[in-house]
Amino acid sequence: MKRFLAILHARNLEFIRDRAALSWGLIFPTALMMGFALLFSNGDQELYKVGVAGELNHPFFQSRHIKFIPVEDLEKAVIKVERHQLDLLVAPDKLRYWVNSSSPAGYITEQLLKASGGEMLKANKVSGKEIRYIDWLIPGVLGMNMMFSALFGVGFVIVRYRKNGVLKRLRGTPLSATEFLMAQIFSRLLLIIFVSVIVYIGCDLILDFSMYGSYVNLFLVFTIGSLAMISLGLLIASRLKSDELAAGLTNAISIPMMLLSGVWFSLEGSPQWIMFISNLLPLTHVVDASRAIMLDGAGIIDVGHHIAAMLIMMLVFLFLGVKMFRWE
Amino acid sequence: MTSILEVNSLSKNYQAAIAVDKVSFQINKGQCFGMLGPNGAGKTTTIEIMEGITEPTSGTVLYKGKPLGQLFRTQCGIQFQHTSLQEFLTVRETLKLFAGLYPESSNLAELIKRCNLESFLDSDNRKLSGGQRQRMLLAIALINNPEIVFLDEPTTGLDPQARHNFWDLIKNILSHGTTVILSTHYMEEAAELCDEIIIMDHGRIIAQGAPADLLQQHFSERLVRIPENELSTAHIKELKKQHTNLNQDTLFQHSLYQKDGWVEISTTDVNQTMKYLLNAGIDLSFLQIRQHNLEDLFLELTGKELRQ
Repeated sequence: MKRFLAILHARNLEFIRDRAALSWGLIFPTALMMGFALLFSNGDQELYKVGVAGELNHPFFQSRHIKFIPVEDLEKAVIKVERHQLDLLVAPDKLRYWVNSSSPAGYITEQLLKASGGEMLKANKVSGKEIRYIDWLIPGVLGMNMMFSALFGVGFVIVRYRKNGVLKRLRGTPLSATEFLMAQIFSRLLLIIFVSVIVYIGCDLILDFSMYGSYVNLFLVFTIGSLAMISLGLLIASRLKSDELAAGLTNAISIPMMLLSGVWFSLEGSPQWIMFISNLLPLTHVVDASRAIMLDGAGIIDVGHHIAAMLIMMLVFLFLGVKMFRWE
Repeated sequence: MTSILEVNSLSKNYQAAIAVDKVSFQINKGQCFGMLGPNGAGKTTTIEIMEGITEPTSGTVLYKGKPLGQLFRTQCGIQFQHTSLQEFLTVRETLKLFAGLYPESSNLAELIKRCNLESFLDSDNRKLSGGQRQRMLLAIALINNPEIVFLDEPTTGLDPQARHNFWDLIKNILSHGTTVILSTHYMEEAAELCDEIIIMDHGRIIAQGAPADLLQQHFSERLVRIPENELSTAHIKELKKQHTNLNQDTLFQHSLYQKDGWVEISTTDVNQTMKYLLNAGIDLSFLQIRQHNLEDLFLELTGKELRQ
């Protein structure tokens, strides 16, 4: 424990004093999210979207410039109205419609419905904040940032230590490989949490994004996810001595992971094999679970399968990483 | 004297190359054990196997009669030839880091004083001069109050002041009864500090013993040197002739060679040689007489061709 703490303390001092790397770790994700918020601030809907449950047997459905989307699950569709993902939800069979009182598009489509002259439907007012692309993006970008910090932070530092002989010097002491690696993991986890909290608070102040779930659950998901990704970084760095090779390998893993984990766009409806690969990536589970918590208010049980997947990955990576680790 | 470290027919191969070839020796407790040899002789590989850093291809290293383990780790101190330390840490923080890696550490204040680190304690590791850096690395090697300390070429690249200062530090360590294993390229250093030396070449030990004993074994002659310009060609010719004659004489032997503007006469009987030179009417104002030193021995044993 004493040895673990000694290495942890030294590593923490190292990254706090490495101002350039630390500021980059904070500025990059914040700037990235601000950029996206700016890009998508004008909205992206040129059509009105109306959900339809049941038959299209109402004159309203003749209206032009409205996209009518059949819905199967009425409950889920109502949530979409709350989130502004649907402007209006109509169920002619039940003589009802749902509209979000805070949505301007909802108001317009409601007026069109009333003016269409069909059977009068009963209004159900719902409320809820709009889910913007940026709200959807936030969990993804936070997760992606954790991934880069985990893979490049841990992997690179260990390869650099190995290359310049720091590891060799430590090997001459009673320090064990496990103690050394645990200190690296824990130190990086603290850094990731620290940076993520600052980025989260900073972005929330400016963008005021949605958070429907519990902060404890979100923290848990991000922590376990970070651990899984740090362990992956450790595994990559377990033997490499060349930082060029480490850079290449880390890029080869991190970039496909960024694209295949649904950070930027949803992978729903992608081919089976892509979904399969995607599910093998720790970042997918971090993003899916945190998105479910932040956007849908999911509880810990709802994201239990993601947590289990991340824990299994963490244990496998850790086991292999410690087993394969070489001081030189 | 009891041996603290025992090296038994150690070999290390790197692919086809043999770096260390069946090397055996024992190191006694409290002695300063020197390892000499040209670059690429296998010194560092041997030391790193003794330190438990490199695995030998075959052979064993025993510390206090047991294979290297956690006991050895906590009781040994190491100063590598090339060491990098964690970045962004000060000297003080680095010492604390290493102190934290051992169950017991020596008194830091005392160690700082002993290694003269006071003046740069709060400087970044990366901003130290060569001498300061070596002193800090030595302090790290001593941080656990080791019973055995490995110093791999600790004074390479230091200026004469820093080197002499470092020698004093090593003598101080030795005075505490600590065993020191020292590899060096400086024969003067080995002669000054070591109780016993080995000279390695091509992965093997080619000489072993106390420096004085080794010199006695290999050189019974003294060197008499005279500037070349004090001697005429006739003198040299005569000396060479004399040399042949004298060699047949059982009284003493001498050999002669010219080098760097000097004529060197290696003789077993200085009196006879002097007598001869005086008789020949040679001016002896600039004459030098010296004993053979470790450098002569080293060059004689390892040859003079340039190494890697």
